[in-house]
Amino acid sequence: MEAIILQVLNGLDKGSAYALIALGLTLIFGTLGVVNFAHGALFMLGAFVAVTLRRVFNLSFETIDETQTDFLGNPMAVQTPYVEHWFGPEVGSFLIDWSVPIAVLVAIPIMALIGVVMERGLIKHFYKRPHADQILVTFGLAIVLQEIVKAFYGANPIPTPAPEAFVGSFDFGVLLGFDPFTIMYPYWRLVYFGFSAIIIGIVFAFLRFTTFGMVVRAGMADRETVGLLGIDIDRRFVIMFAIAAVVAGLAGVMYTPILSPNYHIGMEFLVLSFVVVVVGGMGSLAGAVAAGFLLGILQSFASMSQVIEIIPGINQVVIYLVAVVVLLTRPRGLMGRKGVMEE
Amino acid sequence: MLGLNKADARLYLIVLGMLVFAPFLLNPFPETSGLSQFNAGYPDMMQKLAIFGIFAVGYNLLFGLTGYLSFGHAAFIGIGSFSGMWVMKLLTMNVIPALIIAMLVSGVFALLIGYVSLRRSGIYFSILTLAFAQMCYSLSYSVLTPITGGETGLSLSLDDPRILGASQTETGNIPVPHLFGLDMSAATTIDVGAWNFTFSAGYYFAAVIMAIAFYLTIRLFRSPFGLMLRAIKSNQTRMSYTGLNPRPYTLAVFVISGMYAGLAGGLMIAMDPQAGSERMLWTASGEVVLMTILGGAGTLVGPILGAGFIVYLESIISTIGSTVLYNWFGGLPEGLSNFLVAIIYPFVGKGWHLTLGLVFMLVVIFLPGGIVEGGKRIGGLFRRKKTEETTDTTSSAEPGE
Repeated sequence: MEAIILQVLNGLDKGSAYALIALGLTLIFGTLGVVNFAHGALFMLGAFVAVTLRRVFNLSFETIDETQTDFLGNPMAVQTPYVEHWFGPEVGSFLIDWSVPIAVLVAIPIMALIGVVMERGLIKHFYKRPHADQILVTFGLAIVLQEIVKAFYGANPIPTPAPEAFVGSFDFGVLLGFDPFTIMYPYWRLVYFGFSAIIIGIVFAFLRFTTFGMVVRAGMADRETVGLLGIDIDRRFVIMFAIAAVVAGLAGVMYTPILSPNYHIGMEFLVLSFVVVVVGGMGSLAGAVAAGFLLGILQSFASMSQVIEIIPGINQVVIYLVAVVVLLTRPRGLMGRKGVMEE
Repeated sequence: MLGLNKADARLYLIVLGMLVFAPFLLNPFPETSGLSQFNAGYPDMMQKLAIFGIFAVGYNLLFGLTGYLSFGHAAFIGIGSFSGMWVMKLLTMNVIPALIIAMLVSGVFALLIGYVSLRRSGIYFSILTLAFAQMCYSLSYSVLTPITGGETGLSLSLDDPRILGASQTETGNIPVPHLFGLDMSAATTIDVGAWNFTFSAGYYFAAVIMAIAFYLTIRLFRSPFGLMLRAIKSNQTRMSYTGLNPRPYTLAVFVISGMYAGLAGGLMIAMDPQAGSERMLWTASGEVVLMTILGGAGTLVGPILGAGFIVYLESIISTIGSTVLYNWFGGLPEGLSNFLVAIIYPFVGKGWHLTLGLVFMLVVIFLPGGIVEGGKRIGGLFRRKKTEETTDTTSSAEPGE
């Protein structure tokens, strides 16, 4: 029982990331009808916003401190970050410590801007082109974005720790009445899950309860009719693209403490997220989220050593196998609607 | 000739001529000049050109004719390489059995993957093939390490059984791949003035295979089977209304193009007997898509041009370092040369993938028909000028659609 709960919990954080990326993919696909292979790159860019912010906060100047000596007996050079100098040591160290959550705020405008630029500059010209062209051009864009990041940050993963307050693990077992130390769960993963649940909630509420969201949903269902009613649906779709970019970016920002980002982190998630979208049902937002969590949890179960002993290598392929089975038995995915991407 | 019509025969002869005279054509610069690094007439490079030519030609059969965009074709290259390696390890260093087994095994895998993937079309098909390729890749990196060598890759060793050959040569070395005794790495060099032309057995073997593969491709293009495939691309629904089931045709062409890829993978190890899992990575699959598109998907000669262009560009660009750049711009004022180097440097050497991505985007955006379409457009410009001058009197009698 403990083992099962533990695996479910372990699957949640990966599942959250899949769900967030798949949500963005589905939004873009449902509104603009574009298959975005560069969506993983947006996730990666978000992660590197966090890395950059941490570096910016850590920019320091050197002062010679006469009172301290280093191991050679010379006066020691002390590095003081500018933020500590400007805002005082407490605020400064707080900023550095909390750089990842702060990066969330910074990332929202940046990712929105990237999203708008990407849509207006590139994707817009591909609405009428075949899906193959869309896949190829966004695939090229993903390579370009990756390589630019690689040129600036190198190829190695860059560790970006969570705030001090969230280091360590939460003893989840005690809450449920198990022995202490049986179900330990890192705080930050809990935060990640809560964060993604909130984001998903916001996106859904936005689409369901606002007029803007209603128009967008109407546009997803029948773009032409909405246009005939005199609504500039294209402008709203641009905003949806920006929102999808923000969602992917935030997923990336918050994921940095869990997995140190490198330039191809996005592609690893993208391939799986596509599978998630396909399993969930193309064009179905709820399906994307549900399938994201489902596959994340499934993957963590498959990584259990007991399971691997029976079927070696299952942890590497379980998601793909599920995708194959789902596509063969329910070609529209778990919650796909009729008429969406049938060809 | 050989069942080809006149235009095809001419095209085939041109390609054949290019293959035969490649050591001359790709070596235009004398050895002593500074431009000699743009020469591509050395065996490794020419072999790679022929191998990727085969790969792209086979991929074009699937993508160019039916429009099914497979994103997992590199898996078949890897499968072909690994199965060929095992033939060399267990049976013999002769390349023919290795190639045949490589084709058969990758054909079987293509049958399995195609059977599942081809139930869906469009983007679903792309994602499914991508998923299968990633599956092959991650399996070969983890569980299948005894078969694939995992991270270190698979290479020959002195204690391989090699039932039909020898485990070791008399001098105690690992034997080299050969064709009935003809050493694949054998080469003769002819010096003509400042030029040295290298004729390698390996290249000409690959070129012969490529010539056969290309001939089969032309026949497939012009066959009723090829017409069926085009029908699938243009309108699958209409095709099924006329009582034809498209599935067997797509599956057949998927297997054929998988076997082409397996053949290319087998040739890779015939030239250089080692195989690694990174051959199956999705970027490799993306590269063959790019080759096909860049040359012109659905055309006969396009994929060969695209493959040649990409392979050449890759090997040239990735060898340019900052010192080479400084050599080039050495004559310019220092500030200007530093500026130029700073601008160009991210795109060359290790930044080759950046250039690749940019080329990819530019081609898809501006030239979806590839080099072949570009050539036609340019040709069309000249021709139109001529016809405007001469055919003013005769009104155009082109029949309408």
